[in-house]
Amino acid sequence: MYSSLLAFGYLLASVTFIVGLKMLSHPATARRGNLVAAVGMTIAVLGTIFLYEKEGEPLGNYGWIFAGILVGTIIGTVSAKRVKMTAMPEMVSLFNGMGGACAALISLVEFDHLMHMDPMVLFALAMGGGEAVAGLQGFLLIILLGLIIGSISFAGSVIAWGKLNGSIKDFSFRGQHIFNLGLLTIIIGLAAYLVIALPANPHWYFYSIFALSVVYGLFFVFPIGGADMPVVISLLNSFTGVAAACGGFLYDNKVMLTGGILVGAAGTLLTILMCKAMNRSLANVLIGSFGGNTKASGSSATGGTYKEISLSDTAVLMSYANKVYIVPGYGLAVAQAQHTCHELEKLLESKGVEVNYAIHPVAGRMPGHMNVLLAEADVPYEKLKEMEQANDEFSTTDVVLILGANDVVNPAAKSDPASPIYGMPILDVELAKHVIVNKRSMKPGYAGIENELFFRPKTSMLFGDAKKILQELVAEIKSL
Amino acid sequence: MQTLLNWIELNQSILYIVILMIFVGIEVIGRVPAVLHTPLMSGANAIHGVVIIGAIIVMGQAPADNYLALVLGFLAVVLGTVNVVGGFVVTDRMLEMFKKKK
Repeated sequence: MYSSLLAFGYLLASVTFIVGLKMLSHPATARRGNLVAAVGMTIAVLGTIFLYEKEGEPLGNYGWIFAGILVGTIIGTVSAKRVKMTAMPEMVSLFNGMGGACAALISLVEFDHLMHMDPMVLFALAMGGGEAVAGLQGFLLIILLGLIIGSISFAGSVIAWGKLNGSIKDFSFRGQHIFNLGLLTIIIGLAAYLVIALPANPHWYFYSIFALSVVYGLFFVFPIGGADMPVVISLLNSFTGVAAACGGFLYDNKVMLTGGILVGAAGTLLTILMCKAMNRSLANVLIGSFGGNTKASGSSATGGTYKEISLSDTAVLMSYANKVYIVPGYGLAVAQAQHTCHELEKLLESKGVEVNYAIHPVAGRMPGHMNVLLAEADVPYEKLKEMEQANDEFSTTDVVLILGANDVVNPAAKSDPASPIYGMPILDVELAKHVIVNKRSMKPGYAGIENELFFRPKTSMLFGDAKKILQELVAEIKSL
Repeated sequence: MQTLLNWIELNQSILYIVILMIFVGIEVIGRVPAVLHTPLMSGANAIHGVVIIGAIIVMGQAPADNYLALVLGFLAVVLGTVNVVGGFVVTDRMLEMFKKKK
């Protein structure tokens, strides 16, 4: 009775995951989709706690389980509520890493459990030949898969988190790809040997595989440039999905299987879609790491002179324009200037200037990140123009104001095949009559490459913190 | 070869689920607009938190005298819960921003 009720609950939860994911991919239903999946998850978790039984035995250790869930809920809710909108991507990465760690821990405990089994039972299994051995091997294979994928996802996500918040720098050395490939080969080799040969001292192999997988996760993400982190996080996200599905195999648990594989597949597709938005292949992101070859190409674009523009000139230029485009970048988000930016937009509109925002698909730190930030500041939806739309309109635009964006307007993406961002579609701001770039300094952008745009005759630089500059600009325009 | 075929026969319902879910996963998000990439990734991130169920099972079956299993299981439950709860809450916060407009 209980177990059939649980099976029904799992079925229900699996359906909510699929429906939830479907709803999440349409703007109008996205929020409800998230809730639907959350309800399904609650059913699955509560059902497991109270209804799960193995060979007639219900689960024990309720104190530990509830304490764990309580602690986890508090940590999860508080950190998710308190995180700044700008730090959202690294938060998602960290949560993903925890899921990966959870999968790896399950494998560790299950292995420990296997080792505590009566040696006689194991011996009988080994001697029983045929199906029993195949069963043991299948079991080992699944926990190894969960261990390897979970550990890589955990270690990689932590590095991605550190890179996004700036505490970990890009790091690569000569032959790193060979080193990584070798490491992966060793991991797979050890795992295959452990499963096929069932050696007498499995501990040694198992824990070595665990350690090497963590190391691999670190070195997998280390060389990949910060600007590519969203793609990496999305990829690691699908890894964790597969690791969760391993748990589904292990316990013959259909909801873990559906949820895990669903996310594994959807995550992989999402990763590819993100790469497409940058017009690059996944292999190019993973192997042609940004960090490595920037030094070579960076120097070619340097030099030349740039001109600065004063605040009052900017104010005049903008208030007497017909059409203004604002190109927001991560710099705007860091300065928390989206509200002031909205204020400027309203002020200009009241003077009869048409103001729009040009949003590059990867503006901010993740696709869609900038839309979230501007929506937070009450900027109306219809003012956010997508790249193609904006590119059509730049030729009739008087002033383009670039706020803390850099790589997404770098003409090298179109003209310089040696540039690491070559091939990425960019916003053609040069078509406009004037380009005003607000940056804190002449330092190169996130991808670490120089931007020729700043040295072009149409471009003027307006140095300073985005928020401060915008506030002063608003005051200046008011006093005109 | 024989063992492999046996294994496939034994686990066929699971294998069917895996294959069908791969297609469902791809179909379901196939037409997502770029604006929703981040929330969708975050929502998917919360869904793979189902791994928490494995953690609960491991925890619930750990023998009371095996402290290693208890501690690791407890850690797994905590981390899994953070993944699930944090994931859903953070996604909701992101999507809240979109909804205000209507």
